[in-house]
Amino acid sequence: MNIVIVGHVDHGKSTVVGRLLADTNSLPQGKLEQVREFCSRNSRPFEYAFLLDALRDERAQGITIDTARVFFKTAKRPYVILDAPGHVEFVKNMVTGASRADAALLVIDANEGIKENSRRHAHLLSMLGIRQLAVLVNKMDLVGHDEKKFRAIVSDFEKHLAGVGLKAAYFIPVVGYEGENLASRSKNLGWYSGPTVLEALDAFNEPLALDGTAFRMPVQDVYKFTASGDTRRIIAGSVESGSAKIGDELVFYPSGKKSTIASLEGFPRARVAGKLVAGGTDGFTLSEQIYVGRGELAARAGEPAPQVGTRVKASVFWLGKRPLHSDKEYVLKLGTGRARARLESVLKAVDAAELRARNDAETVERFEIAECVFRLSRPLAFDLDGLTPATTRFVLVDDFEISGGGIIRENVTADSNKARSGQAGAKFHQKAALIIVNGEGATGVALKSLESTLTEQGRTVHVLEAPESKIAEHAQVLLEAGLVVLTAAVSTKLLGELKKRLPAHAIHSVTLDARDEHSVVRSILDETSA
Amino acid sequence: MTHLDELESRSIHILREAYSSFRNLGMLWSIGKDSTVLLWLTRKAFFGHVPIPLIHIDTNYKIPEMIEYRDRLAREWALNLIVGQNKKALAEKTTFPDGTIDRLACCKLLKTQALKDTLTAQHFTGIIAGIRADEEGSRSKERYFSPRNRESDWDIGDQPPEFWNQYKTDFAPGTHLRIHPLLDWTELNIWEYIGREKIPTVSLYYDQGTGKRYRSLGCYPCTFPVESTAKNVDEIIAELRTGKFANVAERSGRAQDKDDGGTLETLRRDGYM
Repeated sequence: MNIVIVGHVDHGKSTVVGRLLADTNSLPQGKLEQVREFCSRNSRPFEYAFLLDALRDERAQGITIDTARVFFKTAKRPYVILDAPGHVEFVKNMVTGASRADAALLVIDANEGIKENSRRHAHLLSMLGIRQLAVLVNKMDLVGHDEKKFRAIVSDFEKHLAGVGLKAAYFIPVVGYEGENLASRSKNLGWYSGPTVLEALDAFNEPLALDGTAFRMPVQDVYKFTASGDTRRIIAGSVESGSAKIGDELVFYPSGKKSTIASLEGFPRARVAGKLVAGGTDGFTLSEQIYVGRGELAARAGEPAPQVGTRVKASVFWLGKRPLHSDKEYVLKLGTGRARARLESVLKAVDAAELRARNDAETVERFEIAECVFRLSRPLAFDLDGLTPATTRFVLVDDFEISGGGIIRENVTADSNKARSGQAGAKFHQKAALIIVNGEGATGVALKSLESTLTEQGRTVHVLEAPESKIAEHAQVLLEAGLVVLTAAVSTKLLGELKKRLPAHAIHSVTLDARDEHSVVRSILDETSA
Repeated sequence: MTHLDELESRSIHILREAYSSFRNLGMLWSIGKDSTVLLWLTRKAFFGHVPIPLIHIDTNYKIPEMIEYRDRLAREWALNLIVGQNKKALAEKTTFPDGTIDRLACCKLLKTQALKDTLTAQHFTGIIAGIRADEEGSRSKERYFSPRNRESDWDIGDQPPEFWNQYKTDFAPGTHLRIHPLLDWTELNIWEYIGREKIPTVSLYYDQGTGKRYRSLGCYPCTFPVESTAKNVDEIIAELRTGKFANVAERSGRAQDKDDGGTLETLRRDGYM
């Protein structure tokens, strides 16, 4: 079971973990001695935290920079402890650790009390979907093992947790450095009758299998390895929930295309089970050769269908250095789907640590949690009920960095938006567009290569090679026929003429670097998706 | 689902995400048990095919059986194998076995430099490697998708967030990504999986009657066997479960890791896997 340990900087997370390792005999022989010697050689007091902070940067600064993974076992089961940094600059590392956890330990220093990151981490745990939590009130020795001090922190923090939609299963008074109430019961804390930390860990539940809910499989890719003599056209992905078997009718969203599972595929073939199950990665072939690709969400006909929308209301948490802003375009990744997303409005923004709400916010600042509306460049398929977390959650990419996460709360797509792309291109299942290819890589050969790659991806493409005086006229005819048209860089004069003849939203420019065709292909696929 | 099933599924998901996201993708294959499990998972992810070129950095000091095994699997599994080598250092005899430089400098030349040169020559934008978090401190802090700049440097203090099965698949020109599908596996998981899937491994991992076997494979001048009479996969699993090696680092037979304990980290910051 994966456990993340979080809390404010210096409240003793790494000490708790280091001591847990020592008390469960989980340390390599000599490691403790080695760290003790390192400390004495450098005239520093020994700390259990140094066991984990194996990297030099951390030893030098005495803080955890990233999430270290350590392994230990109780009689009940093995654990992976993700020691997440408490320093505010490293919240993105804390999020990384916490998102992989089945349960969390949150450490609060009894002497310092509840601090900014105690509250912020609790809020983020709630957003990330962690539902099992134990709060460790640490350094009880510094407050004379006083029950009243403990109760005061419990009472205050319970209120905060309720405000962010969390409830702690346990509050445990501990002394990390001395190991009190970690693996064994503390004599100094005789007034406490609840479980020790190890007992609390063993009482947490394993994550539930999602076999019982509707079938959901985001399509990762469609493989056809013809060059190796394999003619199977295999739809591949990880099943997020539910199950499906041969003969089941599937519906792919957002396209709405339907087909039936003809065969289940895996390797070695003899090991393929009789059905696709939640958590599995086997693929399948279809009876009818419909074109589906990455980004579609497979569901079963007859089961509740996912939502399809281009405008969503969502709760988001923002980690980006620059605020989330309506002037900027982001990439929203959900399941295997991608769309460009623009912030339309901020309904409410809350600082994750203080819970002060700003109702007049226009941007979302770093470490804020907000209710927002986003408009997407293309329809995506998603769920709302939270039964399949993977299809309700998304991340936002700012330039090249994942800068925030969100959970879709409502589909607010107006009917008028659905028909935005108009009729052109409908028969090809694509949006007709003129793609102007700029850059040093935009040679005739490269355009042909781009054409064939796009054709493989299901687009109907034409490379325009007319004399300049004819280009605008030809482009108009081809776009009206629903084609995706590629042309090399055009003059300013010609661009002006193109803009007169074609709708503005149908003209796109891309830059083809000599090497990286892939990102250009992806952006063209984004622009021309039906 | 068992724990091994879950590990397998996550690794396959990551391999497919990498394949869909990067056009110029390569996978490192050291011939060792971890990267061979990774190769097996790749065959699973792509339904029996290996559509990603494999890169083997041949230091010329690998144990000969490793090379025979490599070439056999490459034939039988139809692998696209790229062998990288620092021919200049070998020709000029600037290596540890030649007695001209120390172990660390030798690793830098024959492995790190050879790797960087191979990556540059092939224009790779994504490199899949079979490192595991339980191997040592710096690897425990890795991401599944970990960005490197043009010089292959790793900025440990400023790594991107990674959550909800969404990875860093967008990257600036000139940078590349290291992809680590085996991050959550332990040494025991690897052997349990080799046993379950019947994955072929080099015989050097097993005792051949000398009372010794290799736990981690590298170049013969710098790799030493451990005391063990485990003759097959089941016996290795049993041995690991007894906790016999709980107190001995897996890479303790790899001499370049020694010194101040930060040597592997020093190598890794510089581009070593």
